[in-house]
Amino acid sequence: MSLPLVVLLPFLGAIAAPLFAQGGRTAIAIASSVPALIALAALYPNWQVLADGGYVLFHQEWLPALGISLSFRLDGLALLFALLILVIGLLIILYARYYLKPKENIAKFYALLLCFKGSMLGIVMSSNLLLMLIFWEITSLVSFLLISYWTHKQDARRGARMALAVTGGGGLALLAGILIIGNIVGSFELDDVLAAGDQIKAHAMYPVALTLVLLGAFTKSAQFPFHFWLPHAMQAPTPVSAYLHSATMVKAGVFLLARLYPALAGTEQWFYMVSFTGMATLLIGAYIAMFKHDLKGLLAYSTVSHLGLITLLFGMGTQLAAVAAVFHVINHATFKASLFMAAGIIDHETGTRDMRRINGLWRYMPHTATLAMVAASSMAGVPLLNGFLSKEMFFAESLELNLPGLWAWLPPIVATLAGIFAVAYSARFIHDVFFNGKPVDLPVYPPHEPPRYMKIPVEILVFACVMVGMFPAISVGPLLYSAASATLGGEVPDYKLAVIHGLNLPLLMSFVAFFGGLLMYTQRQRFFDFHARFKEIDEKAVFEAVVSRLATFSHELTARIENGSLQRYALLLVLSVIAVAAAPLMNVGIFVGELGLSPVDPPTAIAAGVLIVCALLTAFLHRERFYALVLLSVVGLIVALAFARFSAPDLAMTQLSVEVVTIVLLMLALFYMPSWTPLESTRGQRTRDAFIALIAGIGMTLVTLAMLTQPFTSISDFFLENSKTGGGGTNVVNVILVDFRGFDTLGEITVLAIAALGIYAMLKNTALTPPPGDGMGHPWTRDAHPMMLKQIARPMLPLALMISAFIFLRGHNLPGGGFIAGLITSVALILQYIASGMVWTQERIGIKYHNVIGLGLLFAIIAGAGSLAFGYPFLTSTFGYITWPVVGKFEVASALVFDLGVYLTVIGATLLALVSIGRLSPHSAIKPKKEGV
Amino acid sequence: MELVFALVIGALTSSGVYLLLRARTFPVVVGLTLISYGVNLFLFSSGRLTTGGQPILGSTESYSDPLPQALVLTAIVIGFAMTAFVVVLSLRNLADNEDDHVDGRQGERPEKPEQKSEEERSQ
Repeated sequence: MSLPLVVLLPFLGAIAAPLFAQGGRTAIAIASSVPALIALAALYPNWQVLADGGYVLFHQEWLPALGISLSFRLDGLALLFALLILVIGLLIILYARYYLKPKENIAKFYALLLCFKGSMLGIVMSSNLLLMLIFWEITSLVSFLLISYWTHKQDARRGARMALAVTGGGGLALLAGILIIGNIVGSFELDDVLAAGDQIKAHAMYPVALTLVLLGAFTKSAQFPFHFWLPHAMQAPTPVSAYLHSATMVKAGVFLLARLYPALAGTEQWFYMVSFTGMATLLIGAYIAMFKHDLKGLLAYSTVSHLGLITLLFGMGTQLAAVAAVFHVINHATFKASLFMAAGIIDHETGTRDMRRINGLWRYMPHTATLAMVAASSMAGVPLLNGFLSKEMFFAESLELNLPGLWAWLPPIVATLAGIFAVAYSARFIHDVFFNGKPVDLPVYPPHEPPRYMKIPVEILVFACVMVGMFPAISVGPLLYSAASATLGGEVPDYKLAVIHGLNLPLLMSFVAFFGGLLMYTQRQRFFDFHARFKEIDEKAVFEAVVSRLATFSHELTARIENGSLQRYALLLVLSVIAVAAAPLMNVGIFVGELGLSPVDPPTAIAAGVLIVCALLTAFLHRERFYALVLLSVVGLIVALAFARFSAPDLAMTQLSVEVVTIVLLMLALFYMPSWTPLESTRGQRTRDAFIALIAGIGMTLVTLAMLTQPFTSISDFFLENSKTGGGGTNVVNVILVDFRGFDTLGEITVLAIAALGIYAMLKNTALTPPPGDGMGHPWTRDAHPMMLKQIARPMLPLALMISAFIFLRGHNLPGGGFIAGLITSVALILQYIASGMVWTQERIGIKYHNVIGLGLLFAIIAGAGSLAFGYPFLTSTFGYITWPVVGKFEVASALVFDLGVYLTVIGATLLALVSIGRLSPHSAIKPKKEGV
Repeated sequence: MELVFALVIGALTSSGVYLLLRARTFPVVVGLTLISYGVNLFLFSSGRLTTGGQPILGSTESYSDPLPQALVLTAIVIGFAMTAFVVVLSLRNLADNEDDHVDGRQGERPEKPEQKSEEERSQ
């Protein structure tokens, strides 16, 4: 249980720590240290298992169907990284306490730092590849926030964006790679993946998977050609650079190489891709580092170079090289973190990081200078310091590579050359900063030693450098052995940790590098002049240019496709539907299926003929909008007849009443709109549209014909069988609506309600003046509410309401129900509005339709939730019979309450929509004269 | 029978699509209504065409398929809600922009379309 706790603790700390921000920097720093201290204590009891070569596993299912589980694994490799993350994290917390200014947002800083720590621990301890990827992405996101911590700096924001784009893109590649690996192995669990190394390497997809995984690792670890983001990420506060960009996050990439080493390494592809990338990065980073005038820039490129070294070691593919790689991870983290902290102190105390201005600081801060010089010597690979040991191992391994012919010389030469550069830039870091004359024009003068406690983290790390360098076997031996064993899958080669292995070729290479580097530093002006001849590429400018070009391109593309014309969208939509449907239709061949055609009776044929003629006429005469509307209503009525003809009485009734409401709605709209459509399209456009419409119509005809003549089996037998026994009603359609598929209906009336409220909101406070006449020279009638209509409409209301009540109540057993009854009531009320006017009717109804909608939905939900109280699922209905006097035996189903909700919602929505439109006209607001009861 | 039914759906689709491709709101709304008739009939007919088989238990020997009917019933009501919404959207557009075009060329016409069309009409 302790493993997930270790990962979770920092996240909890990230929530808790900001609460201490009120107490000042010391309080929040102490609070932020607690998670790491507990985590260290929780890890300690596992050490014995690991030292014996075993590992601790925690497994908890999360999404088994996707292969994602919450499984954590603590082995030597995970422990090594976890210790680096936790211990250096603690030192960073202490350091940041003095680095940050009191008025800065310390709560945000510590919370992000803790989030980062947790996600980093998640990466190294996950035993499920997908889980690891989740943490991997969190580190990318949090590092984005940390780099841009000083949000007011443009460079910081840009650097953060670049880092996110590169590492985030790599994360996507990694995801694809992991999915392929999981597909090959059949599991995302690390145990399975590591055990299936041979299977993965033999698989045809191996090169693809390898490339994708390496893309993820290389972007994260800033390998060439993705190295450019790291130097720009140096805009971050220095504690962040020290933690993320030297000790931990950039090590996630090399961690991945180590973690998947047994599964992926050992092939030619691995060797060439990894070792050559590493070699290029090693050399390029070391070379550029020499020419950086910015302290952190020098360290950043040096980090790039050292990450290349580690990558190269993993790429070599020998077991000893892997051991050296793991060893160098430890060493680099210690000396580089301390160097970053020292650089931060210098920046803090002098106000600049420009090495052309910072000189001779030895006189002002001897303590810091000593620490920085030791750490820099370790970076250069000076004996008795830890950097020397792993570099010796690296030199030795570079000689062991079996490359053909003269190529065999390449690795040792590259190694030595990089060693020379490393010595040169380390020498520059020491000499240029602490000696070399006097400081030039410092913003803060005179500089002095930082606060006592700010130096402690540096002291601890430098002490570790010296201890490992002098007594490697005692100080770091067991941990390294355990980590190497975990990396290599249990087999550890014989290696010896000693300060001096005797006089041999690697030692000679070290000497060459050391004196070559010093020579190079003394002759640095020539190299600077040489370097100045080449135009330096500003990666940030290139990156920004690429990004802005992409943005412009997509803007233009969008503008070209999306021109605001519904006409064009509709055209594209119809054409794509035709295109998509055409291919399968071609394969059908004969459209009349096995069942054949049934005979037609004359009335049906006549009705169909009228419908077809009216539909086509609607299109032909559409410019005369009123005629089009009349024709449309004929079409709608015949559709209702069609439903009645083909055994769907409920549909016929619904269609009929909806038709009335729709036509009223369109008439109302037409009142405000121009009453005809002017001819604006060309003959060519119309011909084209007619052709497309014809094809669409033919397509639908053929599809319908093919469907209708195919035999089929329906799932409706279930509903027919259970309607009476289970739902208590004989009208199967209604029982389906309110009972079997009640949840769908609830969704549908909600949509209805939202549409009506949307209409209300859209038209609220909108005024539309209708044109003075119908546009054909006729003025509107002066008698807005004709006497005859009024006199007939008023007595209709109670009759209509009674019918709708009847239809509603019988709905469960005979055609009818909430939808139809609601529409009938709506029609009856709308008739009153038409006959007597808005004001007169509204005064007498006096109900707000919003409330009716709300009440309706409430009823429906209560009916559904009622069953929960009896322990049944939502919307389970029940029914019983009661005997009423006069009426007799009457069935009461709980679904009736639900149907009542439907009824009310339909009324509310329909009337709210129509009344909103009716109210648009300024006339309706004026109370008509002589309008009596 | 099937052929007639298919032709009806075809005619509704054709007219609807043609109107859908017009440049003004009103024909588009009418076109959408026609298409929704066609779609409703099509969905309904997926339960096949039955004569005299209303799905009221006990009323007849064999029943038509009730499931597409239930689906189409709500489709009709929601279709109305959507029509109303589109109509109101176009009314609001008319109120705000004094224009009922949907061809994306709003602002390119210097004069009010109504006036222009009246001239056209009188020719």
